[in-house]
Amino acid sequence: MEVRVANVRKEFDRFPALHDVSLDIRSGELIALLGPSGSGKTTLLRLIAGLERPTRGKIFFGDEDASQKSIQQRNVGFVFQHYALFRHMTVADNIGFGLKVRHGAARPPAQEIRRRASELLDLVQLSGLEKRYPAQLSGGQRQRVALARAMAIEPKVLLLDEPFGALDAQVRRELRRWLREIHDATGHTTVFVTHDQEEALELADRVVVMSQGRIEQVGTADEIYDTPNSPFVYGFIGESSTLPVKVEGGEVWIADRPIGLPAPDAADGPAKLFFRPHDIDLLDGCSGCIAGTVAASRRVAGTRRVELEIGGERQRVEIELPVDHPAAQKSRVAFRPRRWKLFPA
Amino acid sequence: MSIAPTQGGWRFRQPSVIPGFGLTLGFSLAYLTLIILIPLSGLVWRSAALGWTDFWAIATDRRTLNALRISFGTAIVAAAVNVVFGTLVAWVLARYSFPGRRIVDAMVDLPFALPTAVAGIALTTLYAPNGWIGHLLAPLGIKVAYTPLGIVIALVFIGLPFVVRTVQPIMEEMDREVEEAAATLGASRFQTITRVLFPGLAPAIVTGFALAFARGVGEYGSVIFIAGNLPYKSEIAPLLIVIRLEEYNYPAATAIAAVMLGLSFLMLLVVNLAQSWSRKRYG
Repeated sequence: MEVRVANVRKEFDRFPALHDVSLDIRSGELIALLGPSGSGKTTLLRLIAGLERPTRGKIFFGDEDASQKSIQQRNVGFVFQHYALFRHMTVADNIGFGLKVRHGAARPPAQEIRRRASELLDLVQLSGLEKRYPAQLSGGQRQRVALARAMAIEPKVLLLDEPFGALDAQVRRELRRWLREIHDATGHTTVFVTHDQEEALELADRVVVMSQGRIEQVGTADEIYDTPNSPFVYGFIGESSTLPVKVEGGEVWIADRPIGLPAPDAADGPAKLFFRPHDIDLLDGCSGCIAGTVAASRRVAGTRRVELEIGGERQRVEIELPVDHPAAQKSRVAFRPRRWKLFPA
Repeated sequence: MSIAPTQGGWRFRQPSVIPGFGLTLGFSLAYLTLIILIPLSGLVWRSAALGWTDFWAIATDRRTLNALRISFGTAIVAAAVNVVFGTLVAWVLARYSFPGRRIVDAMVDLPFALPTAVAGIALTTLYAPNGWIGHLLAPLGIKVAYTPLGIVIALVFIGLPFVVRTVQPIMEEMDREVEEAAATLGASRFQTITRVLFPGLAPAIVTGFALAFARGVGEYGSVIFIAGNLPYKSEIAPLLIVIRLEEYNYPAATAIAAVMLGLSFLMLLVVNLAQSWSRKRYG
């Protein structure tokens, strides 16, 4: 099922949580809403589910306008960060709940509901736990039950709100892989919210980066990482270093020296230079480069992170060097970013 | 064959590093003995002095049996009524904010504070055949004051805060997400309340019922004004005890008291077992 969010605005007590957001989600896609807290990602997810009503704008499921439908009619599967399982029901009753509350002919016979519940338990790899209560399960198991419960109603869309947020790192990684497998096996259109970029980039077909109630960029993991379209996305996704520069005559300048980066299309004036700390060339001499004194040097896993002070204003910038590189021993290092981007300051 | 120390039998829970276990346990035991255990064992002791045949004769006397039936019957009915309306009041207080909510919230505690005799006299005035409410009910053939119905009303008044105050905090703590989950799964509002919310509240409701019931069985002050106190019809067991005392018939009074004690203990035991069973299941 395709989902289309059209010019949706949401205010809470006059405070805007989403400004005019539009998004097309393709059928069968696994999409991540990524952003810092307060960026409106959860609000967007809840709007799609019908747990909130938009102040303005519409949400379409296929060609149908879903914004006027109640939560019950929308037929979405929603998975909460803290599971929200029914404590007084067994695992099987939790999973069967969505089918049991149906009326008349839509409700399958009890036998069929039981069969479906144990089928779903097999799918989420919890076979044989039908009779347990949620209190008797681990966090990871509870979240699997919650997912099985959401899938039991054959939802048009599967929505997950920080599904792994309450779990520890090990379980998180495991469930991440497993969610991808489930998605590939069942083909549900799936939207999940996360503030963990690793999770979003690894898991999703496309990532929606959000900030302050707006969508900053939508794209695949490659697009988001390699061609960020705003200073926010550049800074938020992956490691980045930034320097205040100015553009003059189609060249990038720091203070009174050009640094050897051509910028023929950029307008003259102050700008911000962004680059990835690992994506640089070290240079010996310095005619057209960025040079700085080493202020600090730290060993981080397989690389060495060096902090440089640049120019008279002692702007600090980080670069990454191979562990055994001799430059780390020197007091002055010169480099030029291999890939970089300018944003107007 | 070896027996693991944690299996079977019981042992003290390891006291924490914070000192005071010995002192607090000692004080609690001494206090409970002084306040509860000694008076109650005195009661059993006195009624035991009566001898089995006499005890049985008093306990199965028709007037005693009727008084006990009225006391326990009206207490159960009143507690049941309080469960319904107390839960409703708790729901309103926990869920909605409206002007005057705090006043309503404070009003719930009034039955705790009011001298019970005052409550009894006020209710009697209202429900007597010529009272404000009583004269409206009289033409319909409903007699409230001086009947067991009047006793129920007095006990409802007395027991309401017990249910509200046990259910309200649980209701306030309840997770909104659970309701939202039920809604996304297609449950109507009614189904969400009956199948998801109330089962979660059940332990608190049972506790509230037990407290209101226990209070109702022992209630004296408010009931004697509205009950009319007709032997066999609207005479409650506590009143019968007082009557026996005034006749200087101490053995009879203690015998009735011992029966009440036994019955109350039994009912509270059942309620507690139900509690611990549900706690074990739902965690």
